Amino acid sequence: MNKWLAFVLFVVAVGSVVFHFVSPWWFTPLASNWGHIDTTIVITFWITGVAFVAVILFMAYCVLKFRHKADRRAAYEPENKKLEIWLTVVTTVGVIGMLAPGLIVWNQYVHVPDGADEIEVMGQQWTWSYRLPGADGVLGKTDVRNITSDNPFGIAMNDPNGVDDVLIEGDDLHLPIDRPVKVLLRSIDVLHDFYVPHFRAKMDLVPGLVSYFWMTPTRTGSFEILCAELCGTGHHIMRGTVVVDAADDYDAWLQEQETFADYLAAAEAAKTSTARLALDNEEAEPKAAQ
Amino acid sequence: MADASPTADDYVPPAEVEDVELYHPKSWITKWVFSQDAKIIAIQYSSTALAIGLVALVLSWLMRLQLGFPEAFDFIDAEQYYQIITLHGMIMVIYLLTALFLGGFGNYLIPLMVGARDMVFPYVNMLSFWIYLLAVVVLVVSFFVPGGPTGAGWTLYPPQAILSGTPGSGSGIILMLASLILFIIGFTMGGLNYVVTVLQARTRGMTLMRMPLTIWGIFVATILALLAFPALFVGAVMMMFDRILGTSFFMPAILEFGEQLQYGGGSPILFQHLFWFFGHPEVYIVALPAFGIVSDLLSIHARKNIFGYRMMVWAIVIIGGLSFVVWAHHMYVSGMNPYFGFFFATTTLIIAVPTAIKVYNWVLTLWQGNIQLTLPMLFAIAFIVTFVNGGITGLFLGNVIVDVPLSDTMFVVAHFHMVMGVAPILVIFGAIYHWYPLITGRMLNSAMGHFHFWITFIGSYAIYFPMHYLGFMGVPRRYFELGETEIYSQSAADLNAFITIAALVVGFAQLVFLFNMIWSVWYGRKSEPNPWRATSLEWQTPVMPPEHGNFGDELPVVYRWAYDFSVPGAADDFIPQNVPPSAVAVSDDPETAPA
Repeated sequence: MNKWLAFVLFVVAVGSVVFHFVSPWWFTPLASNWGHIDTTIVITFWITGVAFVAVILFMAYCVLKFRHKADRRAAYEPENKKLEIWLTVVTTVGVIGMLAPGLIVWNQYVHVPDGADEIEVMGQQWTWSYRLPGADGVLGKTDVRNITSDNPFGIAMNDPNGVDDVLIEGDDLHLPIDRPVKVLLRSIDVLHDFYVPHFRAKMDLVPGLVSYFWMTPTRTGSFEILCAELCGTGHHIMRGTVVVDAADDYDAWLQEQETFADYLAAAEAAKTSTARLALDNEEAEPKAAQ
Repeated sequence: MADASPTADDYVPPAEVEDVELYHPKSWITKWVFSQDAKIIAIQYSSTALAIGLVALVLSWLMRLQLGFPEAFDFIDAEQYYQIITLHGMIMVIYLLTALFLGGFGNYLIPLMVGARDMVFPYVNMLSFWIYLLAVVVLVVSFFVPGGPTGAGWTLYPPQAILSGTPGSGSGIILMLASLILFIIGFTMGGLNYVVTVLQARTRGMTLMRMPLTIWGIFVATILALLAFPALFVGAVMMMFDRILGTSFFMPAILEFGEQLQYGGGSPILFQHLFWFFGHPEVYIVALPAFGIVSDLLSIHARKNIFGYRMMVWAIVIIGGLSFVVWAHHMYVSGMNPYFGFFFATTTLIIAVPTAIKVYNWVLTLWQGNIQLTLPMLFAIAFIVTFVNGGITGLFLGNVIVDVPLSDTMFVVAHFHMVMGVAPILVIFGAIYHWYPLITGRMLNSAMGHFHFWITFIGSYAIYFPMHYLGFMGVPRRYFELGETEIYSQSAADLNAFITIAALVVGFAQLVFLFNMIWSVWYGRKSEPNPWRATSLEWQTPVMPPEHGNFGDELPVVYRWAYDFSVPGAADDFIPQNVPPSAVAVSDDPETAPA
């Protein structure tokens, strides 16, 4: 039994390491500037991996070496101060080895570089919408209370910055390559989380406030957006696509998008045409009566 | 004789209080049903917890069937799936683990191990169980109301928990909150008992630093629970108000499928702070009793003192204290002020130090031991494996930047199942195999026990170790199905199918265990008193199983710590806590004589 248990412990320790290296399941290929996050994870893997293997193999050895014999006594050693202090110091060093790089990268994560483009991601059950600042480079103010069918983003009518905002509903988000972007996040109903595995970055969308993260796309292509915060029955179907374009392609795409002004004009036109239709109907009726 | 134990002392402090007169049951009902005997209450708590735990086990099968074979089961739709995972998580964490460790093991072991006749407030202790039972009944009722139980996830995050996009947002969530409120009221009654009993009712000579680590673990965990549960309590009450009265504690101005709601001004993140102010200590409410119990199992079955007892006690206390300043590591990507990340990552990783010390001391207890691979010992060793694995992945998630890609993925699911699911449950199994003879007078069947152990240990490692790698790929948790996607290869689906099969096999082994527990009450091998040759007081009662009042006419007097195993010079390889140094039989064997 002791041999068998020691063998299983050995397999667990070594097998876990082997699994790690041969497993086909690993990070999606990176498509943003957050390679440092991957590096921090690899550092953590090494430090913790060594500790894990050491502890399990030590235990396997003990099980094998100190198996019960009726004529033998266990050692009597209540404490060993020197050993305990030594282990504490080694552990502390290991922890610092993980924490220090982690905090350095986190510091980069929370500090948005100057001149980053701002875009807005808006979540609602269970779709993603996007808003770009338009020609003036400034996003208009919003309020959930402003939301109507003509103003799905709730943009403040009295804010001139909002008129040229580019609005994208039910379509892909495009981003230009190699330009840092600050992604402002907003929800109009429940919690959501904007998560693109290839970018590594993610952050919750919280109704009532605007959260953010930043990143620089480093690879063209289209990447899937997932919702990573449980948001109700349709959580798993709340998907989207972000397309990273070369600069020219991006500009071409941007030209084709509708602005808030277009929305307002369309709404106005619809109102007029409804009014005209009503007028036509009124004119038509007397004819029918004749 | 010269006693080599550092804690042994012939001095006995005088009794400070009179021996108490216990309530004497007058009928079958007051003896077995409305019992005020902590041992009966412990069994009532444990049976209820295991019964509702069985529901959680079945729910886990349903969830795994859906994840492993997404297209195959028409009877599970997305709404039901979210209800299943919510109730599985809630039952396991609160109604099974918390109730079993504190209400079950706490009630049974505290009075016996500190040398008391019973809990200090037996009547309140009885009420504690009945309110817990009521909480469980309310929870079960929520399965049968229109709309079913809540599917908000066990974290119950508003706003979605009380909006119509989430299943069970009608009566389900109200009953869930009501059940939690009841649970906390019931727990508080029991918890006050456990703390006061440890502080006030220890027998003569049982100093705090002579208490078995089992008691230290349960004691500190109970203090944590008494301080942490009130945060959940107010959170539950406020959400109930938001849901029923239309207040806006957690509700900002929002829409519900295009419709403007009347809410405004509340903060969803406030709920998360309240929830995790409870939720993180909750991890240690489950873990600390497991730490304590496993320390005793290792020591007894390795026939060696626990290594570094004082350090072990301080580690429990420090971990307990630190557990109150790390809660927001569950919220790194919640949208809270990102500068919190620096503070909470630092405090979180500091916890790794006392926790690692505990691990070292466990394995160093094995070093130069005389290791008997009994079933409790097997489970204790398996605990160390899974706990170290789960603890290590905690260092990933606690380190704020590393958490960013991994949060809300299957990595998190794998991590917390390993560290606060599998690991503490392995300790529960070890503890049941260990104390079953004390409680029933019979041993559990060993063949069934070994079958149970190997399947559970290897099987649960096979479930959760590969699951981390789904998280690395970015597979989110709480997904009804992955659906059409280019991110994950077919092999991810294959891995999910494998995990499901492993989970079903492990689940089956638990049924064997349940059968063993029931079968052995009547057919188990009769146990001699103190079958493990343990030192702590619960095994030194005049009759086994102990009767009401625990210790017969005279309360035991304690002369030493609980870890006098293989003391040099002593004839036996263990000296019970109630044996004075002058009464220790000396060995003639020169090998074991003092140097």
